[in-house]
Amino acid sequence: MSERLLTVNELHVSYGKVEALFGASLVVDRGTIVSVIGPNGAGKSTLLNALMGVLPSRGTVVFNGRDMAKITIENRVTQGLCLVPETRELFAQMTVEDNLMLGAFTRYRKGDKGIRASLLEIFKLFPRLEQRRTQFAGSLSGGERQMLALGRALMSKPTLLMLDEPSLGLAPLIVKEILHTISDLRSTGVSILLIEQNARAALQISDYGYVLENGEIALEGPSAELADNPRVIESYLGIGGGDR
Amino acid sequence: MDFSILLILSQDAVTNSAIYALLAMALILVFGVTRVVFIPQGEFVSYGALTIASLQLGAIPGTVWLLIILACLAAVMETARLLSSGAGRQLPKALVVTLGPPLAIAALVKLCAPLHLPLGWQVLLTMLIVIPMGPLIYRVAFRPLADASPLVLLIAAVAVHFVLVGLGLLFFGAEGVRTPPFSDAQLTIGTLAVSGQSLCVYATSFLFLALLAWFFNKTLYGKALRAVAFNRNGARLVGISPHLSGTVTFALASFIGCLSGILIGPITTIYYDSGFLIGLKGFVGAIVGGLASYPLAAAGALMVGFSESFSSFWLSGYKDVVVFTMIIPVLLWRSLSSVHYEEEE
Amino acid sequence: MIRRVGTITFLLILLLVPLLPPFYLTMGSYIGLYSMVAIGMVLLTGVAGLTSFGQAAFMGLGAYTSALLTTHLAWSPWLTLLIAVALTMLIAFILGAITLRMGGHYLPLATIAWGISLYFLFGTIPLLGGSTGISDVAALRLFGWELRDERVYYYLIWAVCLAALWISTNLLDSREGRAIRALKGGVSMVEAFGASGLRLKNIVFIYSAVLACLAGWLYAHMQRFVNPSPFGLNQGIEFLFMITIGGPFSFWGALTGATVITLLKTVLQGILPKLISQSGNFEIIVFGVMIVIVLQWMRGGIWALVEKLLPPKEHRPVISSSHLETRTQPPHGTPLLKVEAVTKAYGGLIAVKNMSFEVSSGEIVGLIGPNGAGKSTMFNLISGEIPRTAGSVHFGSHTISGLPPAQIARRGLSRTFQHVRLIPGMTTLENVMIGAYLRTGDGIIAAGLKLNRASDDRVRAEAAKQLRRVGLEESMFVPAGSLSLGNQRIVEIARALCADPLLLLLDEPAAGLRHLEKKELARLLSDLRKEGLSVLIVEHDMDFLMNLVDRIVVMEFGEKLAEGLPQEIRSNPAVLEAYLGGV
Repeated sequence: MSERLLTVNELHVSYGKVEALFGASLVVDRGTIVSVIGPNGAGKSTLLNALMGVLPSRGTVVFNGRDMAKITIENRVTQGLCLVPETRELFAQMTVEDNLMLGAFTRYRKGDKGIRASLLEIFKLFPRLEQRRTQFAGSLSGGERQMLALGRALMSKPTLLMLDEPSLGLAPLIVKEILHTISDLRSTGVSILLIEQNARAALQISDYGYVLENGEIALEGPSAELADNPRVIESYLGIGGGDR
Repeated sequence: MDFSILLILSQDAVTNSAIYALLAMALILVFGVTRVVFIPQGEFVSYGALTIASLQLGAIPGTVWLLIILACLAAVMETARLLSSGAGRQLPKALVVTLGPPLAIAALVKLCAPLHLPLGWQVLLTMLIVIPMGPLIYRVAFRPLADASPLVLLIAAVAVHFVLVGLGLLFFGAEGVRTPPFSDAQLTIGTLAVSGQSLCVYATSFLFLALLAWFFNKTLYGKALRAVAFNRNGARLVGISPHLSGTVTFALASFIGCLSGILIGPITTIYYDSGFLIGLKGFVGAIVGGLASYPLAAAGALMVGFSESFSSFWLSGYKDVVVFTMIIPVLLWRSLSSVHYEEEE
Repeated sequence: MIRRVGTITFLLILLLVPLLPPFYLTMGSYIGLYSMVAIGMVLLTGVAGLTSFGQAAFMGLGAYTSALLTTHLAWSPWLTLLIAVALTMLIAFILGAITLRMGGHYLPLATIAWGISLYFLFGTIPLLGGSTGISDVAALRLFGWELRDERVYYYLIWAVCLAALWISTNLLDSREGRAIRALKGGVSMVEAFGASGLRLKNIVFIYSAVLACLAGWLYAHMQRFVNPSPFGLNQGIEFLFMITIGGPFSFWGALTGATVITLLKTVLQGILPKLISQSGNFEIIVFGVMIVIVLQWMRGGIWALVEKLLPPKEHRPVISSSHLETRTQPPHGTPLLKVEAVTKAYGGLIAVKNMSFEVSSGEIVGLIGPNGAGKSTMFNLISGEIPRTAGSVHFGSHTISGLPPAQIARRGLSRTFQHVRLIPGMTTLENVMIGAYLRTGDGIIAAGLKLNRASDDRVRAEAAKQLRRVGLEESMFVPAGSLSLGNQRIVEIARALCADPLLLLLDEPAAGLRHLEKKELARLLSDLRKEGLSVLIVEHDMDFLMNLVDRIVVMEFGEKLAEGLPQEIRSNPAVLEAYLGGV
């Protein structure tokens, strides 16, 4: 029995007078991984930034039964929404451990006592971060940064984790590792909204998928079906080929 | 110049440097967290010294009125914000939080001012009056401009400086004050006599700097403020509210300013507009640190203190000219040593 | 029409002020002087995004220099004017040279220090008369006629002020002026078209300082005595307040602000001390509160409200009898761009590693690769926006690696940006005109005196031609910010073409375009190739590239993965793997 966690209805985003997203609608059920694929410039990052409240938008976003309009970014974090943006936004001049602890800032404010325990869990999940715990985040390699960004996000104990291109700029082996970790996270109960340019990988680990083109949802369906859709194969799973 | 004069000048220099260092810390902190070049920092120094002077005379300091005015403005703005965002239910709580403490403080001051309480209580009352002004000024003047460019924030800071100086004149008049020293003790080491007041300044500044270091390096709130200064977007994404960090930062700024004012009151005569120059000297120190590095800023503060003290001996009329002209070689050095970067608006 | 009526009314009022009682005449003179300073502040703060608190000090420099030299050495005020201006330019140059390379807040902080220092010097140096100042300053003489009559002096002040207004307006409507207006968005765009951001900022700062100095000189010979108090930091701050309240984005805002603040100050200085029954400058409280309110509620100041009521400005039609000179493209197939073993490292992170490839003239080369592969970094290494760590780049017979972007642009390389860098408030046409920065040589003085009309018209015609070519002719006079993101990218191409390049660097030009628009763009690029132009293009849309480009270079993890004809790339297993990935 699936339960709606996030319902997005007719979301519009514009930069000044220029529209970047025209009426996108999508849903994420509790405990699932949903992926959004699409060409560069289709508005994928815009979608996540709007859901997080980083960009102003029109339309309704209901998360966990609550309307998110007028809720600030910080309060969305408090309510269990968490974004790992494409730029990661780590605190480069602070240590790995400080970065992780700050991930739990909203829990600390609420007086949560389990933060230390969460830190140990993150170290168990990413042993490399434990080796680097006193190093500055800025000195990490690309893959370690991505792990730190994921770890910092998990420290807030999110209900819905939104990941913007977690494989960006990473070597294939590390991409594999990261995507496996993401796929395993499902068992911890967290739901994931995933944006990926690596469409095949995204569809492999997700339950449901959306295709975003030119600011609109062009296609949607269970990931396995999408992966077999000829249009998707032609446009995203192979390079080149025919006219779109 | 003989050795004893050198010692006396150095002692002066260190005492002033300690104050400049404290102010430089506040300026760097405010700039880092809110991008405001906080020109009015020095006004808290004047307010601190003049407020405690009033209390020592058994009078109600005019700053109490400013506190009440600011609280009312903040309450009005908060009401408007809550009503327009449809969160009217939060209104009663917001009003109590905004108006309650300032009014309680005002009542307390009215009650205690004529009692000629001991020094410790006067210091406490002064701080109670001046410190809340920081967050209130942030709420009234800067928070609505949170998305504005640094240039706009700078103009706003200068405007606030004008208002606070003007009000300082209104509340305290043009007369200067010099408060009695905290201690009349003299410590004599060889030929050097160190006044108790200087020792007080050293001890308090050192303690406070250590406290700040602990706060920023050991507590999660302190780390959160540093995180905001390093990366505002990242900080928002982990749930650190810019309004909260702005409020805390401005509270620290008014705290540091007020403390400096209380410390410096017995050393030099403070007028309603003295704080400005003192604050600017803190700025020179902060600029040595590139408005970012605390240790370099402390070194810069020492440099300001020493050049001020020694130039007052040799070129007394040109003391301030020397201190402010020094900023040019400092900037030249920074300009040559820093990598070229630009601000996008 | 309404605008013209407004201007004429304004001039009539100016003309008639001397008929009013002397008090108003004095006010009028002061407003004229302050307007001059404020016009410079608008250019500096509203247009270029810099600011200074030292304008009153520059005014003092002008006043004191002239007062000292005319009284002690009996030099002619006209000679001392030259000396004062030269001194001002020197000091402004020094302050600018050491602060403008750094972040925006260093100039204001340096000018605060400079303002305070000079103020203390005025009050301390015995030769300058301390706080009593210098009296019996000579009156100005013009053709043997002494300007003692306050009414005549009033007209002189306003003549100078209106001249400053005219020159400043002309300046903004010129090649250098357009580049100055682009500064607020960061210097990298104008530098890509050959301008030096630092030089432009310095020019603006010096220009505004000279205007202040001029006002100070006029002030000294009007008052016939000087003392430190009008040149303090507070006055410097009030100039900033004038333009903030009047409107920082228009020279008319400067005049409005100077008028409002000057009149209000006089009124408040009369009322407030009585109200409070205490003497002091309490008007600063009112000013401060006003500024905070203006910043929070009406950032454009009073003039923005007036501007809303006025009809939009009319645009000069595009006419030109002659054309700009164009480069001859090198013969087809000659090597043009040669990238040799270029590496870029950020600390331990290697963004581009040992990249080598070539572009020959008349060729379109595509640079592709997954996100984060280092394509844009490679691009910026070629254009000089970021310095390389190792390797070299050659363009024609020159080595361009290590040169600043402006020098590289001079050699015939022109680019677009991944994140569109247009000036949203300027018209599309003006934005495109920035591209032709290096094609005319009109200087600041020619621009100010409007001697650049013919060559500027040629630039307009050229920009219009490029806009026609990319199909955006009808959007010529609309603000660039109102176009769709896709069209803004196309405007960037028109701007790059306006520079008459040998090699065009396009960073994701097709992103955000609709299918038909992409086809149009491909057609345009093919046409350009026929004309002999070479293009290096970073793009994600494979369909778009495959049918357009001659060769493709593929990057992954900062390194070259493959290079070849489109068909070869399409079937290259390594490329397929990089793009498909998979778990």
